[in-house]
Amino acid sequence: MSNDNLIETQDLSVGFPVGGKIFNKSTLMAVNEVSLSIPRGSFFGVVGESGSGKTTFGRALLNAAPITSGSAHYDDGEVNYNLGKLAGADLKEYRRRAQLIFQDPYAALSPRMTVRDIIAEPLEVMGLCNSRDEVDERVREIAGLCRLNLEHLRRFPHAFSGGQRQRISIARALVSKPRFVVADESVAALDVSIQADILNLLKSLQDEMGLTYLFISHDLSVVAHTCDHVAVMYLGQIMESAPTRQLFQSPRHPYTKALFSAIPSLDPDDRGKAQKLEGEIPSPTNRPSGCQFHTRCPFATDQCRREEPHLETFEAGHAVSCHRWRELEMAD
Amino acid sequence: MSLIDVENLTLQFKTDEGLITAVDNVSFSLAPGEVMGLVGESGSGKSVTAKSLMKLNPGNAVYAPESRITLHLDSGPVDVLALQRPRDMEVVRGGAISMIFQEPMASFAPAMTIGSQMVEQLLIHTDMSKKQARELSIEMLDRVGISDASTRFGQYAFEMSGGMRQRAMIAMALSTKPKLLIADEPTTALDVTIQAQVIDLMKDLVDEFGMGIIFITHDLGVVAQTADKVAVMYLGKMIEQGPVREVIRNPYHPYTQGLIDALPQLDDLDKPLMPVPGDIPSPLERPEGCVFHTRCSKIVGDVCKTIVPGWSDTGEDHRTACHLCDQGQSA
Repeated sequence: MSNDNLIETQDLSVGFPVGGKIFNKSTLMAVNEVSLSIPRGSFFGVVGESGSGKTTFGRALLNAAPITSGSAHYDDGEVNYNLGKLAGADLKEYRRRAQLIFQDPYAALSPRMTVRDIIAEPLEVMGLCNSRDEVDERVREIAGLCRLNLEHLRRFPHAFSGGQRQRISIARALVSKPRFVVADESVAALDVSIQADILNLLKSLQDEMGLTYLFISHDLSVVAHTCDHVAVMYLGQIMESAPTRQLFQSPRHPYTKALFSAIPSLDPDDRGKAQKLEGEIPSPTNRPSGCQFHTRCPFATDQCRREEPHLETFEAGHAVSCHRWRELEMAD
Repeated sequence: MSLIDVENLTLQFKTDEGLITAVDNVSFSLAPGEVMGLVGESGSGKSVTAKSLMKLNPGNAVYAPESRITLHLDSGPVDVLALQRPRDMEVVRGGAISMIFQEPMASFAPAMTIGSQMVEQLLIHTDMSKKQARELSIEMLDRVGISDASTRFGQYAFEMSGGMRQRAMIAMALSTKPKLLIADEPTTALDVTIQAQVIDLMKDLVDEFGMGIIFITHDLGVVAQTADKVAVMYLGKMIEQGPVREVIRNPYHPYTQGLIDALPQLDDLDKPLMPVPGDIPSPLERPEGCVFHTRCSKIVGDVCKTIVPGWSDTGEDHRTACHLCDQGQSA
């Protein structure tokens, strides 16, 4: 394992049993042989449509979804863990070091607890502080970093707007001083005007606290502005992965290209240029053979229908999983 | 001749905490075949405004006496707010005006097939026989791009994917041939690829059926792709309206400018994201004067805090309610 990576996965798969106990028993592979490395201090984005397995991938890295096969390693320089085999004290310690920020700030905060109690709860549950004064001090410190007023701490969540609630939920995730934070659609439920504010806050906290983010989102323009490396997922597999700039300047996979062109342009005269993807993402219980994307790909050939392509790295950090990307590149 | 005229619409809700003003003196009109984008943050009153057009707001809604909504039908004008009995309302609800909701899962009855829901509304609003209604419904499902429409007709909402449900919703809303379609965030719950398909479909249908559309969204990109004109709302007030090119290219109101600056854009990844500072105030504590002054970066002076700005012309058919206009300054 290279020393600069916080997380490294090798053929990581997560499956869930579906169907009856005896008859029709099968496994739904939500994440299918994903190999990725997340460098320390990076803002790593995962994009994909609903049903692409991006959330399950994030949960597997937090040890919140069972790893079926393959491996995932965590190494922050102080400790290193094999995430598939965590137990006991190591698991407890990993829970402190890896945290999650949820999507919906309206559902993620208990309406019966004050903001102070919400933020303090992880400290108390994990027994990180010895006295109430110490807890209060940590809460005040993190609240300040997340731009919450001290008077806010006495109130209940219902008194806050969406943006403020998301700041509370970020404060709660960061109070245990984690190293790795999974932000699952953390701005999807917010208005555009607030969204920018939360993204800027996540960025500044990253610098101040030395965090590594896994930023899961379906919104490509948000990912383009915040992440430094992006992986595109489809049906549980990585289709393309590259540094943000490179990916947005020269996407190689037909799926990535189609995703980009589907973003509505702000220019009213630029209508109807989108390269349309027909149909919808297939059900993971009934996977297509060969390349997972061939059912919707306008360039699919017999080879695509038969053989599964492998993720191929062709220049620094840029990998693509497509049989025909070189040919298509020439044709462009 | 316009299709619908809304004049001085003011709407308050009676609640335990007092009267909450949800819509404040909003006026606009829409011509047949025109697509209007209604933009604003959550809590800006855009859905409430749209629902007033069918008088669909809950019982604690109080319409101010000077509010007037006139729907111009072939049979003559209808004063929507004067309608009292549900029977009279049928002409408007589902008849002249149809609505598509944000969450396609929640807007179909789970225990009825898609087909029986489509037929039911046709039997109420038209004089079709059951057989004709069934044929038209299948044809509409086919028209919105649902393959194998006659099988889908007999299925339940849970058997369909999100995009397909939204298509079925559109088919259902259009089968009564409404004059006006209200689409309340119809693509927000969908993936970008499906969103692009649905937007395309709606554009085709406008061309084919020629109805007016009010498109409610918070996504200015979607508005730029679909609408002819835009109205921006904030805290129940309409603050800027005009043709889509004008408003998006030359936004005048500081709030509209803020919304556009806050949008992450792909052509310039180095541009920092500029949030609109602060949060939308609670409707219980509506600011005096201009409702936006608590978050505005271009306050002219005390006038913003005390006097409600009126409309000023800021271009062709382009109107803005901001004190900057009175000053003759460009924002």
